[in-house]
Amino acid sequence: MITSTLEFFLRLSVWLLAAPLFPGIINKVKAWVAGRRGPPVLQLYFDLARLWRKGVVLSTLASPGFIAGPAVAWIAILGAALLVPLGPIAGSPSFRGDVLLLVYLLAAARFCTTWAALETGSAFEGMGSAREVSYAVLTEAALITAILALSVQTGSITLNGMLGLSTGAGAVLLAAGLFTVLLSENCRVPFDDPNTHLELTMIHEAMALDHSGPPFAVVLHGASMKLLLFMVLLSEAVLPLSRLAPLAASMALISAVAILTVGVGLVESLLARFAFRRVPLLLTTAFLMCLFALLLAWKGDTQ
Amino acid sequence: MSEAVNFLIGLAMGLNLLALGSGRLPSVIRTVATQGMVLGLLPLFLESRFNWFVALLAFLTVSVKGFVIPTLLRRAMRSANIEREIEPFIGFVPSLLLGALGTIAAISCVRALPLLPEHAGTLFVPGALASIFTGFILLVGRVKAISQVCGYLILENGIYLFGMLLIHSTPLLVESGILLDLTVGIFVIGIIVDRIQRAFDSLDTRKLTVLRE
Repeated sequence: MITSTLEFFLRLSVWLLAAPLFPGIINKVKAWVAGRRGPPVLQLYFDLARLWRKGVVLSTLASPGFIAGPAVAWIAILGAALLVPLGPIAGSPSFRGDVLLLVYLLAAARFCTTWAALETGSAFEGMGSAREVSYAVLTEAALITAILALSVQTGSITLNGMLGLSTGAGAVLLAAGLFTVLLSENCRVPFDDPNTHLELTMIHEAMALDHSGPPFAVVLHGASMKLLLFMVLLSEAVLPLSRLAPLAASMALISAVAILTVGVGLVESLLARFAFRRVPLLLTTAFLMCLFALLLAWKGDTQ
Repeated sequence: MSEAVNFLIGLAMGLNLLALGSGRLPSVIRTVATQGMVLGLLPLFLESRFNWFVALLAFLTVSVKGFVIPTLLRRAMRSANIEREIEPFIGFVPSLLLGALGTIAAISCVRALPLLPEHAGTLFVPGALASIFTGFILLVGRVKAISQVCGYLILENGIYLFGMLLIHSTPLLVESGILLDLTVGIFVIGIIVDRIQRAFDSLDTRKLTVLRE
């Protein structure tokens, strides 16, 4: 009982405290590739602390949903994150089909962010929301297909059961597909530029334009947790962590997440963002990679 | 042995989808050339003992499909002065989805076919069917003549893959004859592409319908 409570708080602290570290590392990698010194790795922590102390500017048009949206989205992302096992530490509210809850919690978070963005009636935020949701249609198809592939491969429908086992030959396809999903879901470069200052091309940033103070801090923290969530999901879907000793498994998970962070930074430095009309093609490719991983999991054994 | 063969055929099936998804002609040509080389290596893995004729055939296939034909196509492309495919009949995303559907259907349906027991575990027949289907999509769905030639080459790769099933009973002379035909065909198409470009100022094959007596 005590160990399970301890494990729960350990996982909670990892998701709450460690998550803002990774956008900082990505920015450091980008600065290093560009030959700049860049912001400190802990910049997001400073930003969160600063935003938390500031007041909120509220539009007279906005309903309470403007404040409630980011809060509900943050809770939904945290709930989704707590379902995911962290290497040797199993996800604690675990039940049959919790993977569906993960997908729906992420969708609920997106719904609430979009809802809050539409509250102020700003045209830019409407545009950003429309893009976010239209990309999400394709991204979610890829994510659900990847989950199906994992489920067919392992014969389990709990996150604890299906993650941490390598999926054999399909692992490469699954890794490529899920990495694209990661980039798209977290609005990283080929889909959206997190550093852009041009409202016309923003997606995630456009949705958060009118947020300020603590709600904006919640949006930023939620986004960093979502990034870490997808990186952990990708690492555990591909690496056979459950066959390793607990210490080795956690080291492998940490190094895999670090490699993914550096990889995202390198992709952002070396790739320009795609034109909007080319994005569906890339997301379809990610969907097809997950689909073929599913096909391998389904047909590969019997052949 | 079967693992390596299946890996190569799976790679070729992935290249099918890559050819369907890319809009730039040089990358389509590169994809088709890579597929030709991958499939050209196949006979080496099929023979249990080293065979000079098979090695010669593999070398010829790789060099013709990987180097000679792409060079001819690139030269035709350069003389026609075109870079990319524009607005195909079937868009890139639909054609990609169609190709994936065809591949999945080929893999799923192959169990219903009465194959020899030694071919049942391999991807020869699904790979061949998927490549033929991809070739058809490219032939029907694309506008520029060079993309259609690439579709024809993928179609030929599929038929070649089918012929691999009969490698022990077909004389290798037939295979090399097909290879020669293919090279001459592409050579002639290269000249025709140049002619189309001069006569119509475009490689859009839709414009060929205005050619009336």
